[in-house]
Amino acid sequence: MYIKELTELNGVSGNEDEVREYIKKCIKELVDEISIDSMGNLIAFKKGKNSKYKVMLSAHMDEVGFMVTGFGESGVVKFATVGGIDERILPGKRVLVGEKNIPGVIGSKPVHMQEREERNVNIKLKKMYIDIGTDKREETEKLVSLGDYVAFYSPYTQFGEGLVKAKALDDRVGCAILIEALKERYEFDLYACFTVQEEVGLRGSEIAAYTVNPDIALVVEGTTCSDVPGVEKSEYSTVLGDGAALTIMDRTSYPSKNFVNYIFELAQKSKLSIQFKQTNSGGNDAGKIQMSRGGVVTASISVPCRYIHSPVSVMSEKDFNSCRDIVIAVLKDLGKNQQLIENMKRI
Amino acid sequence: MEYMTVLKELSELTGVSGREYGISSYIANIFREYCDKVEIDKFYNVSGYKKGSDMAGKKIMIMAHHDEIGLLVKSIDEKGFIKFTNIGGIDSKILLAQEVVVHGSKDVYGVIGAKPPHLLKPEEAKKAVKMEDLYIDTGLSNESISKLVSIGDVITFKTYPFELRRDKLSSKCLDNRAGVAVLLDIMKRLSKLNHNHDVVFVATSQEELGLSGAKIAAYNINPDMAIVIDACHGEIPDGAKDETYALGNGPAIAIGPNLHRLYTKKIMDVAKEENIAYQVDVEPGNTGTEAWATQVSRSGIPTILISIPLKYMHTTIETVQISDIKSTGKLVSRFVSEL
Amino acid sequence: MFDLIKRLTDSFGVSGNEEGIRETIINEIKNDIQEISVDTLGNLIAIKPGKGKKIMVAAHMDEIGVMATYIDEKGFIRFANIGGVSSFVSVGQKVRFKNGTIGAVFYEDKLEDMKNLKLSKMYIDIGAKDKNEAEKSVRIGDVACFMGDAVRQSDMVFSKAIDDRSGCAVLIKAIKELPQTDNEIYFVFTVQEELGLRGAKTAAYQLKPDMAIAVDVTATGDTPEAQLMEVKCGYGPAIKIKDRSIICHPEVKKLLEQSANNINIPYQYEVLEFGGSDPGAIHISAGGVPSGAISIPCRYVHSPVEAASLEDMENAVKLLVEAIK
Repeated sequence: MYIKELTELNGVSGNEDEVREYIKKCIKELVDEISIDSMGNLIAFKKGKNSKYKVMLSAHMDEVGFMVTGFGESGVVKFATVGGIDERILPGKRVLVGEKNIPGVIGSKPVHMQEREERNVNIKLKKMYIDIGTDKREETEKLVSLGDYVAFYSPYTQFGEGLVKAKALDDRVGCAILIEALKERYEFDLYACFTVQEEVGLRGSEIAAYTVNPDIALVVEGTTCSDVPGVEKSEYSTVLGDGAALTIMDRTSYPSKNFVNYIFELAQKSKLSIQFKQTNSGGNDAGKIQMSRGGVVTASISVPCRYIHSPVSVMSEKDFNSCRDIVIAVLKDLGKNQQLIENMKRI
Repeated sequence: MEYMTVLKELSELTGVSGREYGISSYIANIFREYCDKVEIDKFYNVSGYKKGSDMAGKKIMIMAHHDEIGLLVKSIDEKGFIKFTNIGGIDSKILLAQEVVVHGSKDVYGVIGAKPPHLLKPEEAKKAVKMEDLYIDTGLSNESISKLVSIGDVITFKTYPFELRRDKLSSKCLDNRAGVAVLLDIMKRLSKLNHNHDVVFVATSQEELGLSGAKIAAYNINPDMAIVIDACHGEIPDGAKDETYALGNGPAIAIGPNLHRLYTKKIMDVAKEENIAYQVDVEPGNTGTEAWATQVSRSGIPTILISIPLKYMHTTIETVQISDIKSTGKLVSRFVSEL
Repeated sequence: MFDLIKRLTDSFGVSGNEEGIRETIINEIKNDIQEISVDTLGNLIAIKPGKGKKIMVAAHMDEIGVMATYIDEKGFIRFANIGGVSSFVSVGQKVRFKNGTIGAVFYEDKLEDMKNLKLSKMYIDIGAKDKNEAEKSVRIGDVACFMGDAVRQSDMVFSKAIDDRSGCAVLIKAIKELPQTDNEIYFVFTVQEELGLRGAKTAAYQLKPDMAIAVDVTATGDTPEAQLMEVKCGYGPAIKIKDRSIICHPEVKKLLEQSANNINIPYQYEVLEFGGSDPGAIHISAGGVPSGAISIPCRYVHSPVEAASLEDMENAVKLLVEAIK
């Protein structure tokens, strides 16, 4: 399923090399051409039997994490977040620092030592640090450099009834589905884009879409899932186990309604479970792709992930499978009826 | 080149974002001395082209913005006081008792006033002053000022360049006229160094307004790589150590997702070989500079960011050290020549 | 002008769902201009060919609204905003879904302090008995616009969606009144402005004009205890100096000033300290397009009782025609 391998690699935004290398290895026999652009997007091209249309699939390789910004005299490492991370979750987490994956922990003052006022407020990121066990600044500086990337450490674990815990499910699930999709051959030209820097502002997809200049694009993502205690039902974005989630609208895009309805109906016809993402929050690469050049017909479909952007993201294998099957079904069906692509472009 | 003088002159020019016509022709004139061809585009970006020695060479763009933050006339009251809004990020707290020039059909001098302290209620005095409570007093009646100034005219700070000890200059808008001075230094050095690739120097407009000038220039020039020169925060006693860079210790080379890793490493290597001191600027996301816009232009442009340490950014007393300008120029020109 | 405004504001066109208003506009202009097309995002582009300057004229045809996000067991609908929707302005309003279903917007009874009123504490009541019945008329993802019929009183018109159907009306009239000119003029009715100037961006990229002028509404400073702003309803169209998305190009500003002086109509200057508009997206598109805007002064923007002066709109038509000819 590739997910274990993919999530255990580190690829904080701007440092996606490990993930890219692994994907390259997985797909090189499956595609006609692989190119890598200046930011590190991996664009895999698979020629169709009929090259009238260009279809783009997109999933991002990067994950949220940290960068080293300084050192304390006692040898601790100061850091900043890369991408959106809730600071409150950080104390007491395990991380890997730099290219050599040096293990470290995010330290903070133990509760016994905290003043009464300190207890009632969250610890600020500025006060946190990573302890790699060294005793002196000089010692740390020999091992760690300014600007080194830091990733969460969190081994892939299956648990519950068909659930998976891992870091970076957002969006290694999308990467895995793209790899699976490349195993088939389609009627149209297919560009599978494994993009970089989604978490710092949808950066990679912006230039990948410009380069590919597709007729139609499908973004495959890991999305939020808030079906947990303390949340009103009306505020659930998605429900774990209810199938792949189709975006109606989010902060970055209002996907093509024709494309979205088509995907929904095809999934129902094919008896594949699918749900609509109910809230309009969040955003993903679709925002940049839809707005590329003169506009692109775009939709995004996701695997629901609880505790997203944390080291303990959770997904259901069932949802993953239905998302994968829907993506492949859509590609096959579009190949058979290429007129559909033309119709969707004509709004 | 006497950079103290050059920089003083550059800082005295008026070029509020969106209204850069004046400064663009001044800069074009200086560029002409060192470049093969100079152009000003519709948005007042100034580009100077310098051919490389290799006919099949690539195109390197070196970019520094020439616009400055300022104020803009919003309303004139019945007594002739001017109410204003800001262009670019300005802290209202630094505006009290500043001298300004209102650029109407004629330049009009004024001072910024507010309600006097003894009339403030105690709770008002505790809070920071808001821009809407400030005004410009030009000493002119509504009738007179209305003949010279209209809504939408721009306002700049009055320039008082101050030479400080140890080779430092304090003036308005050294962010980023210091970067323009670096462009000049690189041109001069490259006239004597071999460079295979074509180099395009761009003094850009509208950086302080969402990087518009850079977006337009990067799209039109479409280079193979880009070097952005801008200012970063200088070290001050009450600033966080990991967000500030000491003046006099050389340029800060940025590292992070916004920047191209191999070229960033390469310029650091060049600095080490040439014994040029530099600092590392860790940027985990948006650098807030033109590098952010340039990197994602068209199909993507490998971009690096070199910053000059500057104290008291976006005030009337921005401060830089001349040696940093020279060492930035030296570093970038060596880097370009080795590519 | 009022009848045109009425037809336009009556049409359905919540951002991303501009099908209805697009049809209405096509009907208004199809006899006056030959080349009409619709692009991938749904922008409506009408072209007056020519060999001179390429000028893009833009007005957005979308309006703010709400989207159903959840239907509870009792048939009440939770919703999210599309564009800038104020919770306070929405209370007690009626909304209309695309299929005609009407709903009342209200808030949870338990809310103790109105300050905490958020859209997430509000719901739409369509009078359904339960979830099943509700789902027969409304599906998750369906959108609705606010209701607010156009009313005329002396020179002022009150209505929903004057933002920016007044701009659409100005473009339609300009198409009808355009005299002979060499310029190639692209009249673009853009989509998804309220979601972040999206249609204008892709339209400008396709057309790559030499210059662009948008027609949109602007806030005013002429109501009781208003924020300081020197724009008033009924004192002529405003030439935009700046908003949060752009400082208008000096050459376009000059062109508009000269045009207004040529035909001797009143005009004002707009310095808007919040909000953005289509020229913000157009001016940085495809290598840069000098852009500016003519703004219709409009009170109570993003409410069902937006108010503007018909004479300002008429003068905006004259100004636009003079500027682009």
